[in-house]
Amino acid sequence: MSEYHHDGGDIPPGFEASGSIAAEVRTYLYGLALAVVLTLASFWAAQTHLIYGPGVPVAIAVFAVAQMGVHLVFFLHITTAPDNTNNALALAFGILIAGLIVFGSLWIMDHLNHNLMPMQPPV
Amino acid sequence: MSGTEVLRGPAGGSPIDLGPGRDVVPPRGYATGHGRGGPASKRVVVGYGFWVFLLSDIVMFATLFAAYAVLADQTAGGPHSQQLFHPGSVAVETACLLLSSFACGMATLAAQRRNQLWTQIALLVTGLLGAAFLLFEVREFMSLVGRGDGPTRSAFLSAFFTLVGCHGLHVTAGLLWLGTMMAQFFAKGFRQEIRHRFLCFSLFWHTLDIIWVAIFNLVYLVGTTPYV
Repeated sequence: MSEYHHDGGDIPPGFEASGSIAAEVRTYLYGLALAVVLTLASFWAAQTHLIYGPGVPVAIAVFAVAQMGVHLVFFLHITTAPDNTNNALALAFGILIAGLIVFGSLWIMDHLNHNLMPMQPPV
Repeated sequence: MSGTEVLRGPAGGSPIDLGPGRDVVPPRGYATGHGRGGPASKRVVVGYGFWVFLLSDIVMFATLFAAYAVLADQTAGGPHSQQLFHPGSVAVETACLLLSSFACGMATLAAQRRNQLWTQIALLVTGLLGAAFLLFEVREFMSLVGRGDGPTRSAFLSAFFTLVGCHGLHVTAGLLWLGTMMAQFFAKGFRQEIRHRFLCFSLFWHTLDIIWVAIFNLVYLVGTTPYV
């Protein structure tokens, strides 16, 4: 890709630096295999009795986060390599905001529910 | 500290002053995105800008996830998630979207090598799997609304339809975009600006799959466990 030589060490998200078609297809196949395994693990965790009951949602959440990581690395090619610094930093900021919104909402609403008096149903 | 260092660009252009106190030479010449060496190429600017937009889209979905998590128990006497969701159809939808994302990756590789036939085939497979996903989702929505469990039934169902429906709308828009990309590759060839558009589309499609991973795990699977 000589037309991009002046980019030095930066690549956009979604790109891989490597060259051969076989190596790049293999990357996608690894990603697909890992994603399938993690999806099956999630569906298994939702139905099994082998995991301590209250731990099941936690297990599913762990599998979900792992699978999102697999998609980011193998499909979107977001890595922590020097050529990806900007992409990874933007992702980190996005995760921070998303986390603040989700956990902040749950935390605040949980407190509000605790502080409210039980309501009488309308007669 | 070696004081001021001077580097030459890869093309042998004018020397670049790294400034005082900068005693680490960046690998492989200099990286424009790190503040030196002039503007990056359009490919990096377009890809990075669209990546930032996608992250803002993810933040929007985070607000919908937060609303769903807060309202999941507010069923107003209506059905709970355990009574509504069935893992079977969700598994089919998940398989469709995952394979669609993989096919989109294959289209990316074919387009990088300017192979018209394989680009079109991979994009067609991507689109058909995406359309199959949408078909299953619309059928699920129709059956819910048909049983009187539409978005007006309870706060839980309002939040559910908003979250999953918003993802479905994104997939619909993505399918229109995909058809446009196929036509542009066919009519205009692998010109630079068309490939930049396709880079944005592939980022969009992979990101939609990531959001679906969160939806099928945290809404459907966690919603069907009796422990929540």
